[in-house]
Amino acid sequence: MHPALSINGLRKVYANGVEAIKGIDLEVAQRDFFALLGPNGAGKSTTIGIINSLIRKTAGTIDIFGISIDEDFARAKLNIGVMPQEFNFNAFERTMDIVVTQAGYYGIPHSVATERAEHDLKLMGLWEKRHTRAIALSGGMKRRLMIARSIVHRPKLLILDEPTAGVDIDLRRLLWELLRTLNSEGTTIILTTHYLEEAEHLCRNVAIIDHGTIIQNTSIRELLKLLQREVFVMDLISPLVKTEDWSYGDAQIHIVDSNTLKVNTHRDQSLNDIFNHLNENGIQVSSMRPQSNRLEELFLSLTRSDPP
Amino acid sequence: MTPYQKWIAFHTIYIKEVRRFMRIWVQTIVPPAITIVLYFIIFGEIIGTRIGPMEGYNYTQFVAPGLVMLAVINSAYANVVSSFFGAKFQRSLEELLISPTPNYIILHGYVLGGVTRSILVGGVAAVIALFFTDLSIQYWGIMIVVLLLTATLFALLGFINAVYARTFDDVTVIPTFVITPLIYLGGIFYSINLLPELWQKISLLNPILYMVNTFRYGTLGISDINVLWALTMIGVFICITYIYALHLLRTSKKLRQ
Repeated sequence: MHPALSINGLRKVYANGVEAIKGIDLEVAQRDFFALLGPNGAGKSTTIGIINSLIRKTAGTIDIFGISIDEDFARAKLNIGVMPQEFNFNAFERTMDIVVTQAGYYGIPHSVATERAEHDLKLMGLWEKRHTRAIALSGGMKRRLMIARSIVHRPKLLILDEPTAGVDIDLRRLLWELLRTLNSEGTTIILTTHYLEEAEHLCRNVAIIDHGTIIQNTSIRELLKLLQREVFVMDLISPLVKTEDWSYGDAQIHIVDSNTLKVNTHRDQSLNDIFNHLNENGIQVSSMRPQSNRLEELFLSLTRSDPP
Repeated sequence: MTPYQKWIAFHTIYIKEVRRFMRIWVQTIVPPAITIVLYFIIFGEIIGTRIGPMEGYNYTQFVAPGLVMLAVINSAYANVVSSFFGAKFQRSLEELLISPTPNYIILHGYVLGGVTRSILVGGVAAVIALFFTDLSIQYWGIMIVVLLLTATLFALLGFINAVYARTFDDVTVIPTFVITPLIYLGGIFYSINLLPELWQKISLLNPILYMVNTFRYGTLGISDINVLWALTMIGVFICITYIYALHLLRTSKKLRQ
């Protein structure tokens, strides 16, 4: 079975001499839910742009389900759906027309396109707005319209560039459910996001791209194993008597305020031991949470170095 | 894509274009109609009655074919340049570019959209002309052919302008500084036989002269130039602009980096 996406030796040098992509290799299996992560300017958008033909590659090969984009880009494109980060529909067109028109670009007959548009707009909760011009939709509705448009031709590979940027928590959860459903139905999804919690929540595999090269390409589970230390914030039941930070084993315990501790611990350190230690010192913990997302910690540690 | 899928893609682009200019008909259909009425009132009725006959026709009849062509040229150009640049500006064009739709289908869809609007506006202009003067069409075939060819040529030119345009100012520069002067110097309001010999020769370099005169030949049966030669020239211009527009779609860094 061909991978959904296979990239080999991809390079992109812009006309101004900037080498945005420095020979990356990447493979995304069919039915995978894959995260492509990286800081701003790392090369994510350039990579996506080359896959969808808006950017011309300098070198390398790309195969979509075994179809080389150099040999038959049109056939390869039939399998791809792309949802860009920025709203890029005609704001004066009606919601229904935007989706049906998109289907037409892929050669889908009007009657089929209309049926699918109805299904997708209902799925996205936009059916009541089908006659509304896009300009009158809320930000969340526009985001959902972008997704409806990107799936109307039933792509086997869906590329989502920051799909939940700027949407509220309710809608984000709704979109997560929709994406999970699409993935479970067989659609391969590649997701770029700055919400690393989202990637950890949704994706099975991940590649981190930085300065035009892939610095990690593994499963989320394997990636998280790289995280050596974690920081937890603990809320206390009663105020602390201690006034200075201290250590216990490999853990550093920092007093944030009289009711809050921050515990920096090695991943091999037993949390039970730490709780026992706190208990022995008369410190009762009412709640505990990670200071930040684990993947976020790891992402920062991997990409923090300054450009060479 | 199969031929049927390509047909659907073409039909989709074309219908989208027609829907766009019909949605804003107050901006796309009404202004040229008002302009034509004003031309007929001022040049036909007020000034024209003092000018006397030209090439055997009264002045209103003489300028009528040129004014129809004026509407056709402006509408064909304006429709494609504004629509394609608008799509580029709003980035909705990206959805078309990332689709499997071949470049020539994209070009055909936009050009036919422009031709449709220009024929519609030309039809409105012709109806207005009939309120001001009598027009008995001499050669229907030539009139229709030159109308379609002219609309196609200017739709293609509008497309090329839109690909190059970076700002809305770029969209208006060519019509203002190139097309409008060529139209006014293209024999709409006068016969080039009235000009000194040197200016007659210079006028022959203006492609719009050929279109206006061929259209006038179709409607009134008079022309300053050879009709067959004019049709050939328009055909050559269309071939050049068509190939160039396709080349831009394939290679322009303003569409794909």
